Amino acid sequence: MRLPPSVPIFLLLAMPLVLPLGAHAGYVFDLGARIAILGIAALSLNFLLGAGGLVSFGHAAYLAIGAYGVAILDANAIHNAAVVVPVVLAASLVFSLPTGAVALRTRGVNFIMITLAFSQMVYFAAGSLADYGGDDGYTLTARTTWFHAKPLATPYGFYATCVALLLGCYLLCRAMVASRFGRALRAIRQDRQRVQGLGINPFSIQLTAIAIGGMMAALAGALLANAAEFASPAYAAWQRSGDLLIMVILGGAGSVHGAILGAAAVVLAEEALGSVTEHWRILYGPLLVLAVIFFRGGLAGIGRPKG
Amino acid sequence: MRIPLLAGLLTAALVAAAPFGVSAQLAADPVKIDLVAVLSGPQATLGQQVRDGFLLGVAARGGKLGGRTVDIAIIDDESKPDVAVNKVRAALGQTPPAFVVGPVFSNILGAIIKPVLESGAVMISPNAGPSTFAGASCAPNFYVTSYQNDQVHAVMGKVATDRGYKRVYLLAPNYQAGKDAMAGFKRFFKGEVVGEVYVPLTQMDFQADLARIAEAKPDAVFAFMPGGLGIALVKQYRQAGLETIPFLSTFTVDESVLPALGDVAVGLNSAANWAPNMDNAANKKFVTDFEAKYGYVPGTYAAQAYDTAALIDAALTATGGSTADPAKLRTALEQAKFQSVRGNFQFGKNHYPVQDFWLTKVVKRPDGKFQTETVQRVFEADTDPYAAACEMH
Amino acid sequence: MTLLVIQALNGVQLGLLLFLIAAGLTLVFGVMDFINLAHGVQYMLGAYLAVAAASVTGSFFLGVILAVLVAGGVGLVLEWAVFRHLYGRDHLDQVLATFGIILFLNEAVRVIWGSAPLQLAMPAVLSGSFPIMPGLHYPIYRVALIVVGLLVAAGLAAVIQGTRTGMRIRAGASNPLMIASLGVDIGRLFRQVFGVGAMLAGFAGALAAPLLSVEPGMGDNLLILAFVVIVIGGIGSIRGAFVAAILVGLVDTLGRGLVTDAAGLLLHGTAAARVGPALASMLIYLVMAAVLAVRPAGLFPAVPA
Repeated sequence: MRLPPSVPIFLLLAMPLVLPLGAHAGYVFDLGARIAILGIAALSLNFLLGAGGLVSFGHAAYLAIGAYGVAILDANAIHNAAVVVPVVLAASLVFSLPTGAVALRTRGVNFIMITLAFSQMVYFAAGSLADYGGDDGYTLTARTTWFHAKPLATPYGFYATCVALLLGCYLLCRAMVASRFGRALRAIRQDRQRVQGLGINPFSIQLTAIAIGGMMAALAGALLANAAEFASPAYAAWQRSGDLLIMVILGGAGSVHGAILGAAAVVLAEEALGSVTEHWRILYGPLLVLAVIFFRGGLAGIGRPKG
Repeated sequence: MRIPLLAGLLTAALVAAAPFGVSAQLAADPVKIDLVAVLSGPQATLGQQVRDGFLLGVAARGGKLGGRTVDIAIIDDESKPDVAVNKVRAALGQTPPAFVVGPVFSNILGAIIKPVLESGAVMISPNAGPSTFAGASCAPNFYVTSYQNDQVHAVMGKVATDRGYKRVYLLAPNYQAGKDAMAGFKRFFKGEVVGEVYVPLTQMDFQADLARIAEAKPDAVFAFMPGGLGIALVKQYRQAGLETIPFLSTFTVDESVLPALGDVAVGLNSAANWAPNMDNAANKKFVTDFEAKYGYVPGTYAAQAYDTAALIDAALTATGGSTADPAKLRTALEQAKFQSVRGNFQFGKNHYPVQDFWLTKVVKRPDGKFQTETVQRVFEADTDPYAAACEMH
Repeated sequence: MTLLVIQALNGVQLGLLLFLIAAGLTLVFGVMDFINLAHGVQYMLGAYLAVAAASVTGSFFLGVILAVLVAGGVGLVLEWAVFRHLYGRDHLDQVLATFGIILFLNEAVRVIWGSAPLQLAMPAVLSGSFPIMPGLHYPIYRVALIVVGLLVAAGLAAVIQGTRTGMRIRAGASNPLMIASLGVDIGRLFRQVFGVGAMLAGFAGALAAPLLSVEPGMGDNLLILAFVVIVIGGIGSIRGAFVAAILVGLVDTLGRGLVTDAAGLLLHGTAAARVGPALASMLIYLVMAAVLAVRPAGLFPAVPA
């Protein structure tokens, strides 16, 4: 019997929590938290893209919505996650439902571009929030708490929280993909007409997927703001949406755990190459090209039997 | 048994020698400095100036500051706040630096200042000087060797008023620094603002704005258009034949873009705390050495970074090379005396400089290169408007 | 009134520049079903090559011609080395690979020419200007740009409507399977389309160099604009790209002023000062979202929806 590939991934992610890291602890936890946070964002995009065939080029908008949710509550001295998280999730719905409804009118590349358009609107709107630093961004006064507990205050606690949330999101994605809802979502991608014929409304299924993906990414955005203790319009920049897409594609859009692999690969490659030369992109670019040509099905597809 | 004895003797020798200069032990043990600047992407030119200026300042002192060797780690912030935070945190966690020098832009500063100051390091900004940390939120371990952003733009407001311009048209990119720039200009401008236009940061073509300016017929235009935006604006301003309307600007025609502008920029005014032609020994050495080593004309970014090295050198000299006592180090930094390329240098109570500001003009040098030169002093020993609200503890 | 006419002229001129870039993109997309994100860096490459070639030859025109040829050559090399392995693959694979090429070329340009912006002087013949309204001159170079843009558009239209290759391109855009089964050398057709697309993008970069700033990454934002254009116009349609490019150009020049003024009328004080510019930045995206909401396949879809 083979272990599901996600088991070694999560064991690896849990290792820093039990190993003595000594002087490197801060560095490892920061890097690990970054992988976990971007992993959550990539997971949510992968859910839309892999299961639903909905290629969003505007997923970073949710990162900014989550981050600004935290920032705006911070400015009002509200730090309790019991308030912050529901507000952030609700804010993502306020954005995802109307824009998703319009975007779902389009297909293919036009869907890619209309999601980009909506995220650009978020980007410019965030930059015009003069009360929260405008384009310069907003420095948080404190990290999010859980009533009187401060699980995010230490690097260890922060990393543990991120990994736990990543695991939660991963399990949720797997459950959704396997559920009736997930099957309907995949079926719509393959044959819309037939699904309609079965009495299922493709629009509401897809919109639900967009809403769930958006909430997950907004959660990642809230974590991102907490990690940097900073919220910035740059979180919604189109380059960031591109980065998320790269993570998903590189990891392998066909499998749920691929997104985590992709996020880890991108973060670690930047880190490793960046320490070699300031011109690291000149190496990173061709690596991406080679990955596409030689690893069909992404990193998650390596070692898997062909066909 | 022999080693502790040796160590004891050494310590005794050190204690005895300390007041007379840098101890042998400190001299061997390098001071860790993290240099944070943007070194990739479109803004990399400015980050390069900061890096080159600072490294030249260190090299000019034989690779030592205050008699101690330095270990400089260079961090590329990639112009992304969250990337900057991660990289800086990682660096803080490995070998904790005594000083963090950087960054170029205010949005990066806002992102990294908290972890840096919490680590106990001294942070010195060689360029970004936002109002955020100049007033009530000023911090004991935070220093700025450039200026408070508003001051530079205020110079142009004053110049516009002094020249009797009644109607001025304002142009800036649509982001926080652009809005701050316009507010800074208006502080000393007494006339009427006939247009205040914020263009998208991604704008390439200014033709539409130029037509509106021609229609408004202002007495002068004031623009804050850094980088590529400024290059496009200045070229097109000339091409549209608008030279008859005086063009005042800040951070639009400086040494970072002059090579790309060339002759079209000659004669245009700007405002600065420094220019390459300043007549003092420290500056002459700086400009000559800089051009010899890097092959381009330094701008304020490089000059301020060079001064930052001089500041650290002076402070460490005063403490005998030690960074162990924060209170002593702070006094040494606050009262540091060094030969600034700007002439004199002194900090205000908010750790932002109190300095002169100049009207500058672009000239073509005999060797065919372009630089800004001082025209007249506009403010003398100017303190920024936020300093009064700062109560440093 | 004069101002309005001048702004319309400016809009058309910006639109034509966008068209040069979008034309290649929409053809490559429409005919080869290939998403080429690297199209923007080919524009940048055109500008850099023109600067380099003009400084070697001492002539602006020779510089532009050389730049266009070399840009086309680089396009063909990329096609041979990378892109041809990706035809028929998933769009997402194409996105990832061409994104890798963006990173590579942006950085390569920095390594070769440095990060500092470069300049390309206008040719002396075209550097004059004529008064268009009191106090404002219109540069002859921009008039030349409009003429060249219209000529290229007309030329492309003639090729696509009137020649055998054009017929194949049209057929390829609307029904790629059919054309392959008719025994047309698809590889050769793709190379032709790709080479022309790369040359057009390089040409646009070279022409824009005297007006704008030549710097690394200059193609990135333009790539997004070009995608906006081809999506509004309808993928694969040259006519759509032309109309949409002019539309985007006009919206950007005329609309920005209008939105700011409208915000000033409807709101007051600081609110107007904040909302106006933010809306102005979003404007073309609002237009795109509106067009797609009403016509999900764009204005002139090559494949009837």
